[in-house]
Amino acid sequence: MSSEFRNTVRANLAKPEVRANFYRAMDGLMTRRLDQFPDKAELERLRTQSMAIRANALSKLPELLETLEANLTRNGIQVHWAETTDQANQIVLSILQKHNAKSIIKGKSMVSEEMGLNHFLEALGIEALESDLGEFIIQLDHEAPSHIIMPAIHKNRIQIAKLFHEKFPDIPYTEDVDELTQTARRILRDKFYAAPVGLSGVNFMVAETGTLCLVENEGNGRMSTTAPSVHIAVTGIEKVVESLSDVPPLLSILTRSATGQPITTYFNMISGPRKPGEKDGPEEVHLVLLDNGRSNIYSDPELLATLRCIRCGACINHCPVYVRIGGHSYGTVYPGPIGSILEPQKAGLDVHGELAQASTLCGACSEVCPVRIPIPSILNRLRYDGVRRDTANTNTVGSGKRRTLSEAATWKTWAWAATHPTIYHAGSTLATRFKGMLPTNLGAWTTVRSAPKLAESTLHQQAKNLGVDHE
Amino acid sequence: MATKPDTIYFFGTCLVDLMYPQAGVSAMQLIQRAGVKVIFPPAQTCCGQPAWNSGYRDEARSVARAQLALFPKPIPIVIPSGSCAGMMKVHYPELFAGQPDEAQAADVASRVYELTEFLVDVLHIELHDLGEPVTVAVHTSCSARREMGVADKIESLLGQLSNVQRVEHARKLECCGFGGTFAVKEPEISAAMVLDKVTHIRNTGVDRLISQECGCLMNIGGAMAKQGDAIPHQHIAEFLWERTGGNAA
Amino acid sequence: MSNTARANILARLREPQRPECGFSERDYLSRYDWDTAERVRRFTERMVAVRAEVHHTTPETWLDVVSQVCAAKGLNNLLVSPETVLGKQLHAQAERFPTLKTYDHPIESWKQELFYGIDAAFTGTYGGIAETGTLIVMPSADEPRLMSLVPPVHIAVLEVAKLYTTFAEAVQAQGWVQAGMPTNALLISGPSKSADIEQTLAYGVHGPKELVVILV
Repeated sequence: MSSEFRNTVRANLAKPEVRANFYRAMDGLMTRRLDQFPDKAELERLRTQSMAIRANALSKLPELLETLEANLTRNGIQVHWAETTDQANQIVLSILQKHNAKSIIKGKSMVSEEMGLNHFLEALGIEALESDLGEFIIQLDHEAPSHIIMPAIHKNRIQIAKLFHEKFPDIPYTEDVDELTQTARRILRDKFYAAPVGLSGVNFMVAETGTLCLVENEGNGRMSTTAPSVHIAVTGIEKVVESLSDVPPLLSILTRSATGQPITTYFNMISGPRKPGEKDGPEEVHLVLLDNGRSNIYSDPELLATLRCIRCGACINHCPVYVRIGGHSYGTVYPGPIGSILEPQKAGLDVHGELAQASTLCGACSEVCPVRIPIPSILNRLRYDGVRRDTANTNTVGSGKRRTLSEAATWKTWAWAATHPTIYHAGSTLATRFKGMLPTNLGAWTTVRSAPKLAESTLHQQAKNLGVDHE
Repeated sequence: MATKPDTIYFFGTCLVDLMYPQAGVSAMQLIQRAGVKVIFPPAQTCCGQPAWNSGYRDEARSVARAQLALFPKPIPIVIPSGSCAGMMKVHYPELFAGQPDEAQAADVASRVYELTEFLVDVLHIELHDLGEPVTVAVHTSCSARREMGVADKIESLLGQLSNVQRVEHARKLECCGFGGTFAVKEPEISAAMVLDKVTHIRNTGVDRLISQECGCLMNIGGAMAKQGDAIPHQHIAEFLWERTGGNAA
Repeated sequence: MSNTARANILARLREPQRPECGFSERDYLSRYDWDTAERVRRFTERMVAVRAEVHHTTPETWLDVVSQVCAAKGLNNLLVSPETVLGKQLHAQAERFPTLKTYDHPIESWKQELFYGIDAAFTGTYGGIAETGTLIVMPSADEPRLMSLVPPVHIAVLEVAKLYTTFAEAVQAQGWVQAGMPTNALLISGPSKSADIEQTLAYGVHGPKELVVILV
């Protein structure tokens, strides 16, 4: 019963400092989000509208991608398609090779994490430097992001101060957040100055105008997409919306749901490389459209809702499991509730299917999701796909692979008993009568709890004396 | 259905049957006291939720199908649990979609009420508190809150009791970590969640913990019992029946 | 590789039966009925909340205010376009300002100076958004993209007549789609900031540490 996931969880639950860091951060994020939506009815209206925008885009996905490609191409942006992360990495590499680039500077991009781009490039001797402050911090410590919006959220100020002191011994030790930030600014400014290629993610792609939209606060996204002479954007095929008018409502609900900001400092809309006469901006802009399992998710009318996600992270911020185990426990690029539905579908239920189990289905995630993804329903569906026998009826990768003989037999027995009331009730009556003989050590349950106490007699027995009808 | 019915079906749930029969008895007595006849179909076993949430849909369906047959009359079905009510109301239509008994499942689903919802919205029950002053913490199950949307009902019932003072605990909206088979499949996470919940409830210093969900009570109560010095816990039905004088009222 | 990938991906996306999702009702326009004074009030409130400076000026006083701001900040130089209507006015009274610099050749020829030697930049704006306290900036050949990004201080002029209620309203009223999108369009809502360390706000991470809005 011990999996890699459970071992990691056990280790992380035993780190009170990390748990405290997550608690503090998530409490703040939940409060700030709530402050942004004082009118509950208005929030529900906005969620429905945002869901409709995303659902509409998905319903026309292939057509919108073609329109997007045509408009981007017309605007001078080069579009590349990748079925796998390997292909996406190769596309990035070939662009770098064409420009003889030995380094890239990166704005925040979860899809590049999905691609494992940094490792891929570093193995080839190409430096991939993260410039988002949080990403910069964790890259120094050779860690992966623990949150999709706030990648260094698992660390506190003291830990970051020590890390900076270790990596930059020439700079005086400080725990002051402003000073730490200025240190990063100085170091990265030199990198922005010199970097030949910048890489970024994308928040929305507008088919109608051929525009790539980026949401950020720091300005590193603007730097990465403006200062170097080549800009490569990488993103998933699902990120397209139909028209420019779809963008304002999505932007508004994204920033408010994510960090409780009415808007971020920068909203950067890129529709082309430098035009003749313009004095800055990249000479080349590339877009890499990554599938990596998304088209397979797309093929299922129920699971399709997964692709509505706008990556705000609100589900993560509100998840009682995530806040306790932290982002690294998941062992995946996307943690938390969205990760628990997305990652098993991408990698297969045999690989990450346990994540679908790591939820109480409490629904805190779907309650805040700005595009109303029914996360608990999808978790339930993935649990079903994991153990179902008619695997021909689902496209989910690894379906049926989580079925074990012993578990299947247990449920079969249970179902048999629960469909034979006479025997079932004889059993429960017997159990209450001889409850003194039942074990008090029930393994997992009794580590922190007493064994459940059976009643003296069942409700069925007591109901007989209650003057109720039994027809 | 806002008008008071003459008769209702009562579905006790498997957990109440074995662990908390007093909650079921009190719930039926509260309904009877309001002048409504109660039918308790004796062949009832389990709504099928454990298998449904574990992915064993065929098994869940066979058990659920056995329950469908128990409620032939067009009268409400009252359930003293948010999660079992949610199973029947929300998930039966999903579970039976495309099945021959789809219409029957939809009909059953449409008649399901969670107990507190039924007491407040249908019976418009009036309660007169006869008990000594007491402080309580209220834990609402996630299914009652988010799936059934009835979290306010338990509060309004308790609000009618003049000598009962509700004390809010920290992170009240957060799950207690039960999650059915989750507690056994991911015991470490579940333990971390329930221990936090216990701490928050203990910090209020209340005399009693009240919930509309026996699964949560078994979880939180079990953790408190293991620590020793447990705060007594009760299902809302049992508490209401006790406070309002039982049959004497 | 890419062409095969493209064909494969699109083929897979075309395969499933897709539910019709007609979505004609795009009603994103403002439900606020704010007059000019209210728009100015909201805009200022939001901007100040994210530590931007906002100065309320008139066509007669705005140049004085820019001059005072430069003096107060002790700027050694200011990057100003000599081509824009507003920029020309600064250049015409150059003696009232710190050394005026111009971005009149491609970045490659003076990147070092821009990155390490410019104290502040002055630009116009394409409009503003009251709801969120936002400047709409559309960089051009005269006011290139890095002007509002690289120097530590960004001074921007916003005409009150171009202050819209919401982003959606600005997009529609200014006819963005019909006009065609420029190489780069920006919404700027305050100075650069980050909360990546302990959720504590720090300003001036990569972009300007200070944003000064001159409302005219």
